Amino acid sequence: MAEKMALAKAINESLRRALEADPKVVVMGEDVGKLGGVFRVTDGLQKDFGESRVIDTPLAESGIVGTAIGLALRGYRPVVEIQFDGFVFPAYDQIVTQLAKMHARSLGKVKLPVVVRIPYGGGIGAVEHHSESPESLFAHVAGLKIVSPSNASDAYWMMQQAVQSDDPVIFFEPKRRYWDKAEVNTEAIPGPLHTARVVREGSDLTLAAYGPMVKLCQEAADAAAEEGRSLEVLDLRSVSPIDFDSIQASVEKTRRLVVVHEAPVFFGSGAEIAARITERCFYHLEAPVLRVGGYHAPYPPARLEESYLPDLDRVLDAVDRSLAY
Amino acid sequence: MTVESTAARTPRRSAGTKAGTTGTKRTTNTTKKATGARKSSGKSAEPALVQLLTPEGKRVKNAEFDKYVAGITAEELRGLYRDMVLTRRFDAEATSLQRQGELGLWASLLGQEAAQIGSGRALRDDDYVFPTYREHGVAWCRGVDPTNLLGMFRGVNNGGWDPNGNNFHLYTIVIGSQTLHATGYAMGVAKDGADSAVIAYFGDGASSQGDVAEAFTFSAVYNAPVVFFCQNNQWAISEPTEKQSRVPLYQRAQGFGFPGVRVDGNDVLANLAVTKWALERARAGEGPTLVEAFTYRMGAHTTSDDPTRYRGDEERLAWEAKDPILRLRRYLESSNHADEGFFAELESESEALGRRVREAVRAMPDPDHFAIFENVYADGHALVDEERAQFAAYQASFADADGGK
Repeated sequence: MAEKMALAKAINESLRRALEADPKVVVMGEDVGKLGGVFRVTDGLQKDFGESRVIDTPLAESGIVGTAIGLALRGYRPVVEIQFDGFVFPAYDQIVTQLAKMHARSLGKVKLPVVVRIPYGGGIGAVEHHSESPESLFAHVAGLKIVSPSNASDAYWMMQQAVQSDDPVIFFEPKRRYWDKAEVNTEAIPGPLHTARVVREGSDLTLAAYGPMVKLCQEAADAAAEEGRSLEVLDLRSVSPIDFDSIQASVEKTRRLVVVHEAPVFFGSGAEIAARITERCFYHLEAPVLRVGGYHAPYPPARLEESYLPDLDRVLDAVDRSLAY
Repeated sequence: MTVESTAARTPRRSAGTKAGTTGTKRTTNTTKKATGARKSSGKSAEPALVQLLTPEGKRVKNAEFDKYVAGITAEELRGLYRDMVLTRRFDAEATSLQRQGELGLWASLLGQEAAQIGSGRALRDDDYVFPTYREHGVAWCRGVDPTNLLGMFRGVNNGGWDPNGNNFHLYTIVIGSQTLHATGYAMGVAKDGADSAVIAYFGDGASSQGDVAEAFTFSAVYNAPVVFFCQNNQWAISEPTEKQSRVPLYQRAQGFGFPGVRVDGNDVLANLAVTKWALERARAGEGPTLVEAFTYRMGAHTTSDDPTRYRGDEERLAWEAKDPILRLRRYLESSNHADEGFFAELESESEALGRRVREAVRAMPDPDHFAIFENVYADGHALVDEERAQFAAYQASFADADGGK
């Protein structure tokens, strides 16, 4: 059934479906119960599934992830919420040293089907630690899978697939897009979780992005079209693994690539994409792969975030620079 | 030796239900009772500890804990002795194998046999253990083949047994992490309505970790059926317990709302009794318990450590007089529970175990190179596939070069 819904609501519906489908699925985090989460993503779930399946936890992120690991070892499939991007670091140890490595440590004997939901990114005028994009810090760790939907439909289906995954998945939710509505077909057959999608076809240059930056890239492509430039927009959807085959196919056609993310460009996912695409498409490229993203500075106070975050002009500037080669 | 719960089985409470409050209340009551019974939080310099066997091997009465070992037979006592002797023999063999270059590292449990065998033998098969990296004696009790423990110390794997085969989780090297896994697992046990219990091992050093404090918080809030078994062996590498805490460690539990008890860690009977008590609390829906086994790490932290830099011989000598194996032997002999034949037979069994371990380690092959890429993910990952193929091509390039000669 197709229905128009906000991205946050799509995740809510997806979690509801997961809770209904499998009694082993549990949702846990700070304020996810009665309050329904600070963004209301888990709204109403505790009321319908009870306090033992939608669990308000103590305010201790390492404890949340650590106990989720224990629940997974017992056969549960926990979906944990980290309230904000900047609050994940107390859990970083459990995620990196335990969640990511336990399957390998056990020589494949135990599985860790844990989803860690993290609302991420800026643009909402928040205080410090509420606007960060730490995906690269997780993508660097083998054993984790990292995804980020850009729209309500993907949010719905990618959450379904993340919950069904036997690997730990860090699910980055673009918080500034929580209220963006899109058609969600809850009976569709989704494509694989870790594949990119061509959002808009073009021939002059490829814009690659994920999460909150996909919408910006579409707007950039619209603006460029008015100037007679045909930009292809790729929604990568997954940061680990990255669908390099799709990027390569696009770049072999357009010969130019600009990667856009909110995270700092230094050691960001754009750097990895630039390196690998340069290797794969060296003789197709007409320009170096360019990156648009955050600066090597702490995420700034809200009054400055517009200058920090990639915007239409910065994307178009990178497009101009690429096309000038 | 397993323990059957005699306590009434009450429905489990979980996440913040109204009934959970009741569980917390009951826990608090038990705290009062438990600490009151021991009168140990007073002003004396060294708090009292639960002891059933003195260092001289004399059985002393304990009103609260005697009942947990009341029915113990001579055969079971000999069994505990055998477990400790064989564990020590295995441990000594592993230390030797490290000296011979067969293992890269070994973390010896020398001196902690009673804490580990006593607590390990209190467990039921369906209970679940979350060890540190030194619980070789507990592994023995769980039926994990000792040679499987050596793979990670030889460097052929990072954990060489199926955790679900013996309900004995893999060794955890990051200090304290496993206490949260144990708590989560116990929360799952409660959700399942099972009456199994979970036990988390950790040390005095780990007690400073945030994860341990969080495990205490979560287990208390959710009334999880978990026993926190802290082996206070006095030393976290070079740091004495005073660098970790201003209060005796077992007293930490009180602030979290569950009982804590200090037990003579070198008294196998006391460890058996106290752990049975704590497990029964867990099974009965009374929530977590902290057991502090007051013991001593007789050897170095690991084979890479040099304890002469930070502690003197006198301390070790004092603890040698409290040796866990010696005191049980004295008790067995004085109560005529074991004869010379038993000890002689055990001696040869020990040597056979040492030989078997030695031979198994020496025969342990290096893993295949491609094991690097195995089990990184359960459902696969494109990058791992790509890098495996690159690695294979690189390896094959040497074969081509050889073939071209």
